[in-house]
Amino acid sequence: MSDFLQYLVAGLAVGCGFALLASGLVAVHRVTHVVNFAQGMFAVVAGLTAGSLLSAGLPHGAAELLAVLVAGAVGLLVGLIATGKPGTSAQSALIVTLGVGFVAYAVEIMIWGDNPRSHPGLRGSVQIADAYVQKQSFLVIGVTAVVFTLLGLFFTRTYLGKAFTACASNPYAARAVGIDVTRMGLIAFALGGMLGGAAGVLLTPLLPISYNSDVLLITSGFAAAILGGLTRPGLALVGALILGVAESMVAGYLDASYQTVVALLLMLAIMIWQASQRTSLTEEAAR
Amino acid sequence: MNVIEAEDLVVRYGTATALDRVGLRVAAGELVALIGPNGAGKSSLVNTVLGIVRPESGRVAVHGRAALVPEGRQLFGDLTVDDNLALGAWRRRRDSKARDTGKVYEVLPGLVRLRKRRAGSLSGGEQQMVAFGRALMADPDVVVVDELSLGLAPLVTADLAAQLRTLNAERGMAVLLIEQNARLALDLCSRGYVLEAGRIRAEGTAAELTASAEVADAYLGAVL
Repeated sequence: MSDFLQYLVAGLAVGCGFALLASGLVAVHRVTHVVNFAQGMFAVVAGLTAGSLLSAGLPHGAAELLAVLVAGAVGLLVGLIATGKPGTSAQSALIVTLGVGFVAYAVEIMIWGDNPRSHPGLRGSVQIADAYVQKQSFLVIGVTAVVFTLLGLFFTRTYLGKAFTACASNPYAARAVGIDVTRMGLIAFALGGMLGGAAGVLLTPLLPISYNSDVLLITSGFAAAILGGLTRPGLALVGALILGVAESMVAGYLDASYQTVVALLLMLAIMIWQASQRTSLTEEAAR
Repeated sequence: MNVIEAEDLVVRYGTATALDRVGLRVAAGELVALIGPNGAGKSSLVNTVLGIVRPESGRVAVHGRAALVPEGRQLFGDLTVDDNLALGAWRRRRDSKARDTGKVYEVLPGLVRLRKRRAGSLSGGEQQMVAFGRALMADPDVVVVDELSLGLAPLVTADLAAQLRTLNAERGMAVLLIEQNARLALDLCSRGYVLEAGRIRAEGTAAELTASAEVADAYLGAVL
């Protein structure tokens, strides 16, 4: 029972990290229709940057915040490269984000080397029943709850947030009322960068990361995001939590090397289920 | 004074020419019709005038604020009617009072009961009214209406046309009406242009165009 509880909370924490990544994917896709495969890289950059800043003597909080801002700036740069040229299709931009991710490998190895790195998070653990759960796990869950609440308020209550939704809903009409859809797309990339960065700085104390950790992160983040059709952050959160708990249970009771397989199988199952839903809807409409 | 001036506009998509040296003007407070068949280039002209499409050559100038009621309404279907209207004031967003939708509800009281509804769930006529309202939120000097009657029942179209006439008379707002229904357009407007295959084929007062055998034969169904 204590193992189960430990794996559950750890899984929820990791799932929250995936949810932050997935919400970044959703934010970018909603506005630009681009699947940003560099999203995992933002987490890696922020996680490694936070470690370097802490080593340089910056206090906790400031180091993590600065690392998230760096990831936001990297997000903006990726957005400029992928979508800055007028007329770039979403498919071309997707390939560009994939390429940028590979270029980032070289830069990351040059700066941080190729060994996995971690930095200390919130120290200590909390006893729940017979289980000891790391305080960092609760921090990840708490921060994710706050971020999702703020995102919800931003998209539903603010004028700028509604303009984002307008771009996603009808880009032509958005242009017609004067919204600069390209600029909004760049803001979405910066926001995606910061969300990925938040995932990176929160997860690095739990899961040491290296330059190529983005593969695991983007696979899991994408699997979560497609549950909401890459447009609904709430469903992405649900998907991420299921995935995080499933991966944690697999790692705990079976073998950690099966974690990515779980994510891929879940993604495949969701895509098959979504395709079957679409087929049955088409058949219904044809009758 | 003209609120819209376009001269020698050329627009190409790849090798296809959508507009070929098109000129058009709309004076302040004027109601102008642009008629023509499908594929004539009407929407390309609208998009060029509003800066959505960049012309290959030619000159276009809008003096004052222009707003669009797009073809097919093009609302933000996931947002409420109130949000749709508020976003119409995006160009004036630095003025916090500009987002006040109250004035539009005074002009279009039929929208009050719909204000919390999702725009995507409304009927065609209701959506067209929201599209009107959204354009009015820009406090425009000229409103460009792309296909007023498309997909709407004749009674709904007549009602919306009456609203346009009232807005024009009471606010002095110029209107550029792009319409396939030439009879409706020439009844409503004082002047008009006929666009065919990317070129202006005829222009004149509504009376002159209505009296033209060519226009009557091609667009009014029968000689009047």
